[in-house]
Amino acid sequence: MTKTSFPIIGMHCASCARLIERQLKKTPGVSEAAVNYGSEQASVEFDASVATPNALAGAVAAAGYKAIIGDTPQKTASGSVMTPDDIKEEAKSRELAELKTKVIVSGILSAFIMLGSFPEWFTGIFSGISSIYAFLAAPATLLLLTIPVQFWAGKSFYQATWSGLKNRTASMDTLIAIGTTAAFGYSLLTTLFPEPLEALGVPMTMYYDTAAVIITLILLGRYLEAKAKAHTSDAIKKLLHLQAKTARVVRGGKEIDIPIDQVKKGDSIRVRPGEKIPVDGTITEGSSSVDESMVTGESIPVDKKQGDIVIGATINRTGTFLFTATKVGNETLLSQIVTMVSEAQSSRAPIQRLADVVSGYFVPVVLMLSVATFVIWYDVGLPTQAFVNLIAVLIIACPCALGLATPTAIMVGTGRGAERGVLIKDAEALETAHKIRVAVFDKTGTLTRGKPTVTDIISVAKTSDGEVLSLAASLEKGSEHSLAEAIVTAATEQNLTLTKPHAFQAIAGHGVTGSVNGKSLALGNRLLMTRQSVIYNTHEKKIAALETQGKTVMLLASEKQLLGLIAVADTLKNDAKDMVVALKKLHISVWMITGDNERTANAIAKQAGIDNVLAGVLPQEKAQKIKELKAKNTFVAFAGDGINDAPALAGADVGIAMGTGTDVAIESAGITLLNKDLRSVVTAIKLSKATLSIIKQNLFWAFAYNVVLIPVAAGTLYPITGWLLNPALAAFAMAASSISVVGNSLRLKNAKI
Amino acid sequence: MDKLIVTLLGATVIGFIYWFFFGKKDELVQPKNVWSVLVEGGYKPSTITIPRDKPTTLTFTRTDANSCLEEIVLPDFKIKKFLPLDKEVVITIPPTKPGIYTLHCGMNMYHGKIIVV
Repeated sequence: MTKTSFPIIGMHCASCARLIERQLKKTPGVSEAAVNYGSEQASVEFDASVATPNALAGAVAAAGYKAIIGDTPQKTASGSVMTPDDIKEEAKSRELAELKTKVIVSGILSAFIMLGSFPEWFTGIFSGISSIYAFLAAPATLLLLTIPVQFWAGKSFYQATWSGLKNRTASMDTLIAIGTTAAFGYSLLTTLFPEPLEALGVPMTMYYDTAAVIITLILLGRYLEAKAKAHTSDAIKKLLHLQAKTARVVRGGKEIDIPIDQVKKGDSIRVRPGEKIPVDGTITEGSSSVDESMVTGESIPVDKKQGDIVIGATINRTGTFLFTATKVGNETLLSQIVTMVSEAQSSRAPIQRLADVVSGYFVPVVLMLSVATFVIWYDVGLPTQAFVNLIAVLIIACPCALGLATPTAIMVGTGRGAERGVLIKDAEALETAHKIRVAVFDKTGTLTRGKPTVTDIISVAKTSDGEVLSLAASLEKGSEHSLAEAIVTAATEQNLTLTKPHAFQAIAGHGVTGSVNGKSLALGNRLLMTRQSVIYNTHEKKIAALETQGKTVMLLASEKQLLGLIAVADTLKNDAKDMVVALKKLHISVWMITGDNERTANAIAKQAGIDNVLAGVLPQEKAQKIKELKAKNTFVAFAGDGINDAPALAGADVGIAMGTGTDVAIESAGITLLNKDLRSVVTAIKLSKATLSIIKQNLFWAFAYNVVLIPVAAGTLYPITGWLLNPALAAFAMAASSISVVGNSLRLKNAKI
Repeated sequence: MDKLIVTLLGATVIGFIYWFFFGKKDELVQPKNVWSVLVEGGYKPSTITIPRDKPTTLTFTRTDANSCLEEIVLPDFKIKKFLPLDKEVVITIPPTKPGIYTLHCGMNMYHGKIIVV
């Protein structure tokens, strides 16, 4: 039995799913079929010797739908395969197109309505065509021009209001629908029944222009806002576009191109120069240099050879290689990044709490305020003033700006981080990062490379430095000790020719002996030298000096004579020093934590410029140390390599994990640095600062806007300055305020981080 | 006289608005871990009670064209989904600790509650 699942296109109800299920089950060879309407997926169990994927696609087609099976995905009528994101895109673009039409049509109509509504301004201008102008200014004409704006362009406000009222909830649309209906309704009455109303003393004012202009401006605002908002999720779109579409898989000795979603774990995949690596895997044959900048933010291409790990969506630059797929589908690093970024964009920042509480009460409170405004103005002023102010209060209130203030900034901020190789787990981590006052770094693997390298070669006899290294490396060639590896690597880097050692012997705890080119050699510590009766005391000062720097010193001797010293140490990453300087500039005190002894720890700390060292800390004690630092009421960040540092990462206010490329330690850390560049710690903090300042500006603007302008619209300034807010101006201000919040968030795209 | 009428009428309307929007009570229902929620002018039901420590599936169907409701956000669960019109969207909530969690639309205008008991 073979099991397969594939997307189905064209279903519009749950009964479609049942219909397809029945059709599939009728297909010969199919034993089980289930169609999920929600996910638009069919999963089918079938006997591959009887039924073929094509037969399944045929069955679905017979039911009137389309299945996407096989190597060439089937297309919809519009010519593309629909993913949920495509559906969203399509719905959005349809909505935008519709909004655009409405804005244009109601804009033109509103212009005529404005012309006709103010004969006191325009009669003189149109004196040449006064009869036409008189027709335009007639109440009946204005009514006819306003009807399409009010009920066609403004239909969505009514729909939203009605469905909200059924649930006893109210929204922004409720305010606009009530406000414009009041303006329109009043004008309608004065147009239809002028005499009886005039007899009752009702002012003969018309507000067609108010209703039409408000609707036009709000729709224009929505249109611009929707366009701007679409850019807040650019980062995710960019990440998704990185994905390769096909993979060249070696099957049965032949290379075939298959769609990416059909690649299985264990598949052998060929990648040629200039091509995208389709999924994550390990190189089995060949070598190349790979541009990983799109995923890690690291701009220098990385050399890859057999046994190295490659990341899907990165670009192969020079060589051709074969690799085995180890992670496919949603397990790949890219998918994990996309998931993480979109989760972070959906999370709630603590700073948003107040806006959340306010938005729950906002609209009903504004409704009550508008009624109160009407009553007070009716009692102390003129009925027309009461009416205009009622509308102004309803229209000026802008709950949208409050709702958009934080999430849009978080979206742009996390997206910006992802572009730079800084993955942020949630909004809270982004918000907290800028409060950090103490940053604690794990030593090995975080501040240092985590691999010993040769730091000093000192020749003490006639032999040159190069010869010392070459002899030592030749001797160590067969050894597997990590120090030996460092020496061999150093020699290879200097292109030294190595010879095979004879009579090689490793003496545990001492070092190695053997002969190279007929020369008998000994390489090891003091104990080995004593054992070999080599006199090294005269150089003890040099050895001790190297050891004070935290280095391990190996002595090379031949025929009881010391030839030279080789010092090996775990070295500081190139960017560590810059990072420490940058953090100190931000007034953050930098700490180092390590299990090493104090001497080694201090040596590295000194190189990095770190003043505070916690040495001799056992791995399980790290979290406790972080807790102690936190107890001093400061925000503490901990940066570690994410594997054994999990408790400390989780315990710190902000945990920063060094991503190792394939293993993203997302669970315990708030921030993961994919590019392994220590300076990204500073980037993350700066990004947090920038995002937070945008959020604060947005929230301030959104609150201040409402707090200041609602009273102005209610006419509180009238007794002092004689100002009343024109409802059309209110509509303009309200549309501008939402757009400005989104626009302000988009500024983060260019923020200096 | 007319001022008195307007004042009294206004006060009544304000009282009505208060009662209408803030006076509704959450109906208490039996916790269950499969819910379908109709998205139409808000969320129906707007209060969802689910059992603790069990995964829960919520199926949302939006029948309301209002673009305000096109996105559903469950910030505590880091979930944000686009709700295509008239299509079921299934959201799975992992097993959770007891408490009251909120859900709202993309612009934070419509609200609902998830009560984990």
